[in-house]
Amino acid sequence: MARYLLGRLLGLAAVLLVTSFLVFSAVHLAPGDPVSFLLKGHPATPEARAAIAAQYHLDRPFLVQYLTWLGNVLHGDFGRSVQFRQDVGPLIGSRLPGTALLIGYAAVLVCVGGVLTGVLAALRPGLVDRAVLIGTGVATATPPFVSAIALVSLFAVQLGWFPGPGSTGTGLGGRLYHLTLPAVALAVTLAGLLARVTRSAMLEQLAREHVEVARSRGVPERTVIRRHVLRGALGPIVTVGGTTLAGLLVSTSIVESAFNVTGVGQLLVQSVTAKDFPVVQAVTLLTVLGFVLVNLAVDLLGPLIDPRVSPATGGAA
Amino acid sequence: MTPALLEIDGLSVRLPAARAARPILDGVSLSVAAGETVGLVGESGSGKSVACRSVLGLLPQGAGAEGQVRVGGRDVLTLDRTALRELRSRKVAMVFQDPRAAVDPLHRIGDFLTEGLRAAGVPADRATARAAELLDAVGIEDPRAAMRRRPHEFSGGMLQRVVIAAALAGEPDLLIADEPTTALDVTTQAEVIAVLTRLQAERGTGLLFVTHDLELAAAVCDRIHVMYAGRIVETRATDELFARPRHPYTAGLLACTPRIDPGAPPPRPVPGRPLSLAEAPAGCAFAARCAFAEPRCSAETPALRPHGDGLAACLRADEGILA
Ligand SMILES: Nc1ncnc2c1ncn2[C@@H]1O[C@H](COP(=O)(O)OP(=O)(O)OP(=O)(O)O)[C@@H](O)[C@H]1O
Ligand SMILES: [Mg+2]
Repeated sequence: MARYLLGRLLGLAAVLLVTSFLVFSAVHLAPGDPVSFLLKGHPATPEARAAIAAQYHLDRPFLVQYLTWLGNVLHGDFGRSVQFRQDVGPLIGSRLPGTALLIGYAAVLVCVGGVLTGVLAALRPGLVDRAVLIGTGVATATPPFVSAIALVSLFAVQLGWFPGPGSTGTGLGGRLYHLTLPAVALAVTLAGLLARVTRSAMLEQLAREHVEVARSRGVPERTVIRRHVLRGALGPIVTVGGTTLAGLLVSTSIVESAFNVTGVGQLLVQSVTAKDFPVVQAVTLLTVLGFVLVNLAVDLLGPLIDPRVSPATGGAA
Repeated sequence: MTPALLEIDGLSVRLPAARAARPILDGVSLSVAAGETVGLVGESGSGKSVACRSVLGLLPQGAGAEGQVRVGGRDVLTLDRTALRELRSRKVAMVFQDPRAAVDPLHRIGDFLTEGLRAAGVPADRATARAAELLDAVGIEDPRAAMRRRPHEFSGGMLQRVVIAAALAGEPDLLIADEPTTALDVTTQAEVIAVLTRLQAERGTGLLFVTHDLELAAAVCDRIHVMYAGRIVETRATDELFARPRHPYTAGLLACTPRIDPGAPPPRPVPGRPLSLAEAPAGCAFAARCAFAEPRCSAETPALRPHGDGLAACLRADEGILA
């Protein structure tokens, strides 16, 4: 187990290294010149341009730039934001709570809503099941920015139940209240997906003979569902749930921008537009880190859920 | 005669219209007395499993049933939820064909064993002690350690012993074994049968033993019911059935059972393919495969009538055609 974990962590480091290089080169290969952005379109002499380039190390060879950046990142220094004229680390740090709260809220909605809906559909064939299938079909086909628009126009503009974009509340309760529409917009697609996965995993388990055996022994139906059906369906639910959670990291930029939430996702979009390389690099790298950590957590949970699965092979022993 | 433990009386089962309405069982009657072992024999698809599951009140979803399934005089088909659970945890238990499929792979063996007892309201420590006792009785060494292991750490034969132990946990009056050894190899099969019959004899449990293996049924059962296409076609004491079958299907099954004794004729398969009740034409369902069929066999459905010391559903059962 210790060896396995070590291997996984080394793999994780390798993934991050490769990603860091890809991110760095992609950002540098993108069209547009950061120097022009820094000058905000003001005309400047070639000398002035060169001075700015030197200040941001833009005059060095590409590989040297990459290695310098990587070395700094390893020391926790992500460079300075061109746009905000501030160190990237603290900048992201100040935006992180908003995003964390939003993603956490959405994750709870996805897990609770998705799993409950899926369970309900599996246990109530007929009308309820059909309604859930249609509902989740619509939900999975609706991208977050569409749900955002729909939610705002219905709940913020017409009904006025929730505040519209751009406002923030105070205190945890207030902030959560203000984040409700963004969290729902973020959660809808993935909750639909998780509901469908839960439903089919439950149906598969319901058809298993050991479920019938448990019933045939006089075990109450509730216990049968909980201990055998739901427990057996947990594997696919957790796997897809993990991927879902990782998906939230990506969709959050769209939703934060749509609802004007001060978070890391919005920062990413602003920085891409402004060609603020250090911020884009740092946020992308952190997102990949989040992805990889979630996957690792899911893989580590596997053997706990199904004792036949060995962590080393990831398959049935 | 003591009142039978189990009396299935004219049981007919149909699948609902939503699921390709078709009949599965037609007028099945059989009985098992306390301590008696009764065999239910027939080819695949004849409805043996549906008949046994009905004893626990487990019918295919939405299926309609006619007739009665009485356990200790009470009709299982009309029991409410609570009574049904009481029946399942105290009176009737079932051993299934494939132990791998019957045991939830995610839980420990101990949990599987005590689950039924706990459902019946037995306190945890007593249930555990009883489970260990039962594992010992079915020949599993170091029961306490075994209870902490998981199903995939057991061989098929060992796991089937666990399933038998679990079935006996609630001290049922009636045990139903649905092809309990079909998924096991021959030597394991013999051991598991030995365990099953020994415990059954010790406890005086009634046993309904389902198999498609006539030799095995002969070794285990006092009486045998032969099933074909959802109907019972012959019922007789085991010796009688082997010595003088009255239904051509029984004779066919006997002829296709391989014998080990020297000089025995080679097995002869029953020609044609087994039918399910839904496919069966009017008249005798076996007529199309029967060497002795006459035109009237396809016109008239034979009823199960006394012939010799048992019952047979054949229009020509008294004509000595099989002699
Ligand atoms: N849950 C169910 N839903 C629909 N049809 C079923 C169900 N259970 C059994 N049947 C049908 O009932 C018929 C009898 O099946 P059954 O399982 O009782 O046969 P069997 O005699 O036990 O066969 P085998 O020797 O293969 O176990 C089959 O045609 C089968 O397709
Ligand atoms: Mg069967």
